[in-house]
Amino acid sequence: MSALLPEIRDSAIARVNPVAKLAVAVFLSVSLLLSIDVVSASVALVLVSILLFWSGLGARQFWMRTAPLWLAAPFAGLTTVLYGEDSGALLLAWGLISVTEGSLSLGLAITLRVLAIGLPSIVLFATTDPTDLADGLAQVLRLPARFVLGGLAGMRMIGLFLDDWRALGQARRARGVGDAHVLVRLGTQAFALLVLAIRRGSKLATAMEAKGFGSDTPRTWARPSRFGFAEAVLLAIGVVIAGSSVAAAVFAGTWSFILDQS
Amino acid sequence: MTALFPVHSVPGAHVRARDWGWRHAGRGAPAVSGLDLDIEPGERVLLLGASGAGKSTLLQAMAGVLGGEEEGDEFGSIQLDGRRPADARGRAGLVLQDPDSQIVLARIGDDVAFSAENLGIGRDEIWRRVRWALDAVGLDLPLNHSSSNLSGGQKQRLALAGVLAMQPGLLLLDEPTANLDPGGVREIRDVVDRVITDTGATLVVVEHRVAVWRDVVDRVIVLNPAGGVLADGHPDSVLEREGARLAAAGVWVPGIPPQVAARPDRASPGLDLLQAAGLSVGRTPFASKIPAVAASDLDLTLTEGTGTAVTGANGTGKSTLALTLAGLLAPVSGALNATDALARGLPPSPIRWRSRALLTRLGTVFQEPEHQFLAPTVRRELAIGPTALKLAKSETSSLVDDLLERLRLAHLADANPFTLSGGEKRRLSVATVLATRPQVLLLDEPTFGQDAVTWGELVSLLGELVDGGSSVVTVTHDLSLVEAFADRELVLGATTGVRA
Repeated sequence: MSALLPEIRDSAIARVNPVAKLAVAVFLSVSLLLSIDVVSASVALVLVSILLFWSGLGARQFWMRTAPLWLAAPFAGLTTVLYGEDSGALLLAWGLISVTEGSLSLGLAITLRVLAIGLPSIVLFATTDPTDLADGLAQVLRLPARFVLGGLAGMRMIGLFLDDWRALGQARRARGVGDAHVLVRLGTQAFALLVLAIRRGSKLATAMEAKGFGSDTPRTWARPSRFGFAEAVLLAIGVVIAGSSVAAAVFAGTWSFILDQS
Repeated sequence: MTALFPVHSVPGAHVRARDWGWRHAGRGAPAVSGLDLDIEPGERVLLLGASGAGKSTLLQAMAGVLGGEEEGDEFGSIQLDGRRPADARGRAGLVLQDPDSQIVLARIGDDVAFSAENLGIGRDEIWRRVRWALDAVGLDLPLNHSSSNLSGGQKQRLALAGVLAMQPGLLLLDEPTANLDPGGVREIRDVVDRVITDTGATLVVVEHRVAVWRDVVDRVIVLNPAGGVLADGHPDSVLEREGARLAAAGVWVPGIPPQVAARPDRASPGLDLLQAAGLSVGRTPFASKIPAVAASDLDLTLTEGTGTAVTGANGTGKSTLALTLAGLLAPVSGALNATDALARGLPPSPIRWRSRALLTRLGTVFQEPEHQFLAPTVRRELAIGPTALKLAKSETSSLVDDLLERLRLAHLADANPFTLSGGEKRRLSVATVLATRPQVLLLDEPTFGQDAVTWGELVSLLGELVDGGSSVVTVTHDLSLVEAFADRELVLGATTGVRA
């Protein structure tokens, strides 16, 4: 498990109830998806970056965690630049590829947007312990315990699946069937892992039931999950970031509501 | 153990079965039938029976986790304190054989609290119970310690603590020490003894190894595979009366060692096959580039016609060494070279061989048989190796028939390997490797959790292979295996060395 979840250092953001973080991440994402323009994304990105100072993430951890995003964002932008909807002056044309002023600014807007949505989401959850999130979902949002704890127990098994996967690969090599094409090998090995996963899952379900899980008795929670001042502050910050970015875009005249067919 | 916390004594639970039986969905014969049984509060029972006599089924029934109509058909009645066990959640606590499958949450404190939460206990009382239960099992770690980062014995203590936090009146243990090294076995036995003495709960334990529990229990019940109870009474009288029959059914009865075939013509060692010099072994953790070294500075030569046992406490790198010798894991440093007698024209380093080339040279039996099963039937499972070697159909089929006979698997030829019992799975996993006649055989804990009959068969077979000229290496905690089969012992740990 530690391979998937780095140590969570204590920080202002780490202490906030995960449900508040989830709400902020969702709220920011939705507000940034409403328009595709450079200004709203830039403003949100700058404000979110300031917030990162309270995350308690080390530099190395930050870059490791967000690495996929730094790759994905420019790619999404580049694709838009090369193949996206053209408008304005033509800058370059080569076969299917055409770069125009319009597609260039659209590409930039997409890149910034992927970052502005992705960064806070990744960072908020890099500072969240899954157990705390489950506590919050069950106690604050009142989601069913069966669903929340089932998911949480399943997550713990991911570490076991990593070991299983490695053992399966070694066993295949030992059995003389490890020379097949890599895709064939991955396919059959994935199926074998699925079979093992189902067996592990049903054993875990029996163990949980043996510990009284799933009975009619109302369940109590050993760890309180509270919603207080810190949570309200983070929510307010989220609203301010979303509000400022939208307001800036409207003020600058770049706001383009995605549902407007213009 | 200091009494930091007041002892929670609980009224022991009473179990009553009347003509009780259970048939798993989709099976013809019932797992248990015609069972009449009374277990009084505070009794300590060792539940014995041949493999397939329904011991685990009975434990799960007493714990109320057998499930509803989709899972199987129930006959007669079984009651816990006069109620259906499923309606008496929390009265019975069940600890299963595999500690890994019982951990639910990521931190040990939360994992122990989980069961108390399910019973609707108040928050303050939950944490009191958590600290008491961890103290009772002697797991002296912070509450936020990771539940993954524990030894086998610690994991089993954690599982026990989780069950104790419910303060059950009936403690049910299903082979709780089958996956532990000898030190771990004694630890868990002593912890259970102390907890039962302190709480006064009723105990029912299923275990092949009678000697471990004999002094803890005051009653032995032997289930009859044909239905009902075979013997029931004080351990001494039951073992005296039924000992021979139990031993024949695979139970480890003190004073009756398993049957092992004699080895009249001991082979003298032949050619050297594999040489390790200054070898360090280790695995590379997920998302890391640097291997974590498990054992280092190993010097070892594997020779034809010798049996080698690799021993040492948990975590000393025994399995990692076996995987490295087997050509499945790259050495971290040092030399591991096959001689010409083994390499037969291939480069000396086994990790560079193709998968098919390993088949006739280095055979590996994994600790977890399920990891190495690939086919939907036992017969096809055995044919995989010979087929990969491109042997003729007729040759493959006579080879497979021969192995099926030899390892008593013929009646299971068309069964799915995953549906076999523990002992059958182990025999099959050994047979799959024998099918390609490798010069070197490496087995990881081949006798773990096996009943006495399977144990005797395995030891006889390994002896036969060594005398036939193979080099056989077993990683093991099992001292009787070392004694019965090994020509020399490599002890890993603080003082790594070879004993002749």
